[in-house]
Amino acid sequence: MTSLLRFEQVTLRRGGRLLFEDLDLALHPGEALHVTGPNGSGKSSLIRLAAGLLEAERGRVERSAFALADDRLALDRELPLARALGFWGGQVAAAMDALGIHHLSDVPVRLLSSGQAKRAALARVAATGAALWLLDEPLNALDADGAERVGRIVADHLARGGALLAASHQLLPGTAGTLELAR
Amino acid sequence: MIGALIMRDVRRGFAGAAWLPIFFFLLVSALAPFAIGPDARILSRVGPGVLWIAALTAALLPVERLVEPDRADGILDQLFVHGLAEESVAIAKTLAHWLSFGPLLLLAAVPAAALLALDGSSLARTELALLIGTPGLASLAVAVAAVTAGLPRAGSLAGLLLLPLAVPLLIFGAADAYLLEVAVSLLLSAGAPFVTGAAIRAART
Repeated sequence: MTSLLRFEQVTLRRGGRLLFEDLDLALHPGEALHVTGPNGSGKSSLIRLAAGLLEAERGRVERSAFALADDRLALDRELPLARALGFWGGQVAAAMDALGIHHLSDVPVRLLSSGQAKRAALARVAATGAALWLLDEPLNALDADGAERVGRIVADHLARGGALLAASHQLLPGTAGTLELAR
Repeated sequence: MIGALIMRDVRRGFAGAAWLPIFFFLLVSALAPFAIGPDARILSRVGPGVLWIAALTAALLPVERLVEPDRADGILDQLFVHGLAEESVAIAKTLAHWLSFGPLLLLAAVPAAALLALDGSSLARTELALLIGTPGLASLAVAVAAVTAGLPRAGSLAGLLLLPLAVPLLIFGAADAYLLEVAVSLLLSAGAPFVTGAAIRAART
């Protein structure tokens, strides 16, 4: 079976500090990996490395088509939410429904609360239909309903043969494997 | 994607402060008669040069909002995720920047020429020179914006970087040396996207 994300002997150093060394991991269709660890242990760096936004010091990273949600919204603040999401394309209406933000279609992005903004960022990922999702702290600022909806779209995504790499303090519902980074 | 990005940047250019550089351009042109005196002969002699200096300083105004907001908001990262090369982003941004700046500047040069007592033929020559030079200026502005993105006091630093690099455009533009100006403008337009792309990559953390 081909993997959607593969790390081979990856070493990452940032600001002179070794974050991890000779890390191997592979994500196959239907698999989810939850990255945990204390603040500063390199969870976000691992996500950015997986996305190709950082270069590994050593080792190889291979990935299929993917979507990324980190702590930055990447939506035009002056636009209504539906248009801002539309810039990135995909199944926007369905994704907004799944995350419970359909009623916010005409609200400018700058007026969204932090929880609503988080849902919007996740809707941007869900809309793409990419096989690999990279989520950095997907549950931050979400209420119980939001967390439940995220659990549901993740379960759907995995059932369709997608894969997920998530960095979070809180356990994502339905994710099996856990990778703990040490300080 | 690249077409959507150009449309988006043009929309943001006009929704934002597209008129500001143009008013600035007109204001500098209006100040020149006060500083130099109302003698129409002297004004029409220095007029083309004044228009160029006004255009250069006006081109500096939007530099801070060309790249930095998109970097800070993660838009540049998402464009990479969507498979767009940084150089393509640079070309799209340059094109969009020129569209929201060049035509308006060429339009504003007409009333500015009246303020400086330029006759029809020297207005036409200056318009042609501006038409040739503004794409190079827009490329330079985007490259400088990318190089200074995320730095403190990026605006002043951008001025220090951009103005000396624009000197060849200024010299050939003001001297009506069109072919040399075309060469400089082409060189800037062809080279700047690579500088911009490298700067976008280097700014990633």
